[in-house]
Amino acid sequence: MTWDWTAVADFMPYFWDGLLVTLQALALGSVISFALGLVWALLMRAPSRWVRWPVGVVTEFIRNTPLLVQLFFLFYVMPEWGLTMSALTTGVLGIGLHYSTYTMQVYRAGIEAVPVGQWEAATALNLPVARTWRVVILPQAIRRVVPALGNYVISMLKDTPLLMAITVLDMLGRARLFSQQNFQFTEPLTVIGVAFILISYLASLLLRALERRLAH
Amino acid sequence: MTSGLWELVLRGVWTTVQLLVLSALLAAAVSFVVGVARTHRLWIVRFVAGVYTEVFRGTSALVMIFWVFFVLPPAFGWQLVPMWAGTLALGLTYGAYGSEIVRGALGAVDPAQQEGGIALSFTPWQRMRLVLLPQAVPEMIPPFSNLLIELLKGTALVSVMGMGDLAFSGNLVRLALQESAEIYTYILLIYFVIAFLLTRVMRGLENRLKPGGGRAPAHEASADEPEPTETTGAGASTRGGVLR
Repeated sequence: MTWDWTAVADFMPYFWDGLLVTLQALALGSVISFALGLVWALLMRAPSRWVRWPVGVVTEFIRNTPLLVQLFFLFYVMPEWGLTMSALTTGVLGIGLHYSTYTMQVYRAGIEAVPVGQWEAATALNLPVARTWRVVILPQAIRRVVPALGNYVISMLKDTPLLMAITVLDMLGRARLFSQQNFQFTEPLTVIGVAFILISYLASLLLRALERRLAH
Repeated sequence: MTSGLWELVLRGVWTTVQLLVLSALLAAAVSFVVGVARTHRLWIVRFVAGVYTEVFRGTSALVMIFWVFFVLPPAFGWQLVPMWAGTLALGLTYGAYGSEIVRGALGAVDPAQQEGGIALSFTPWQRMRLVLLPQAVPEMIPPFSNLLIELLKGTALVSVMGMGDLAFSGNLVRLALQESAEIYTYILLIYFVIAFLLTRVMRGLENRLKPGGGRAPAHEASADEPEPTETTGAGASTRGGVLR
């Protein structure tokens, strides 16, 4: 086994570029999945089953099919339908959409865990429906689900390399490009592997601290 | 689409199913070995198993696949057949997730059961085999069922390495027809059908294992919920009143 430190040094500038793209995709993907997941969760509580049923089927479908194929779908089919987006935008939308079907379940559990008394009190105070959700239910529900949402941010981080398949130059994309140009595969791939472990370990420590703070 | 292209897709389905079965077997073996090792009485065994879990759970499955395909051959002189390389990468990664499920379920077995085993002077192996596992395994089935779906979705990653699975055959058909909406819709539907069949099978398994022994009929429900695992799911924070 040969390990070449100069290859690591040569790779580092590209690594930082890749890290930036990865973190960008992660941040935007998280925002989309948090927002869209809440929308799905609220739609699933709509009174009409003509709303609930289609939303349920669509989200179930998205959750049970591979993100990679969904990315291909967005990347190759959207332009055919006349909607051209950059690769990174496509990837962010794909990740956000895929994970929104997970965060939706998290929100659902959080909303169901709000005690019935809160609903009853809101009714007793004659609060309108929108206000009940906005100031009574959601603040309590979301506080409960922050750690679980954080777990999905970590999962999302580990799915960002998939964007490489649709030509985004994230960490893995950079590593692949570098190794194909220099015929050095060991160093760049190991560097990003270690980077992923470090980032997700740090994130899980942060999350544990957050969880402890929210518990009090 | 012509019948020749459909044949390509069918061959892709077969590869995906093979890969799924093989890596699920490897992942199951790894989860049980590592999960049980994390409850071992020697700290060094627990520590090594913990490091394994953190490392393989911490990195991305796709990075792991790249690593097995590109770094393993020059580093150790092993050139694996693509099928085995894919199985190894997926099995080790998802096995790390599975080991958390096993650990959680073992931890959720009533401690009195363990003490009862000690009082009857069972060896540790007998306690594990006759007392703990029969009670823990039914609890593991629902999370394992979710993990199996994740693994199915994970098998699509090997197409990036040029292995002819379902996602790869989709790419080939797209190149052949210069048209992508139809084929990708079919590919997504096929994945969905496989996932649906898997959930059915796992639910059947769950129902068969349900009446497991060793539990008093009176106390049920909330007491034996598995310990929340760290980075897998929503269970951690959703139990009412734990977090405010």
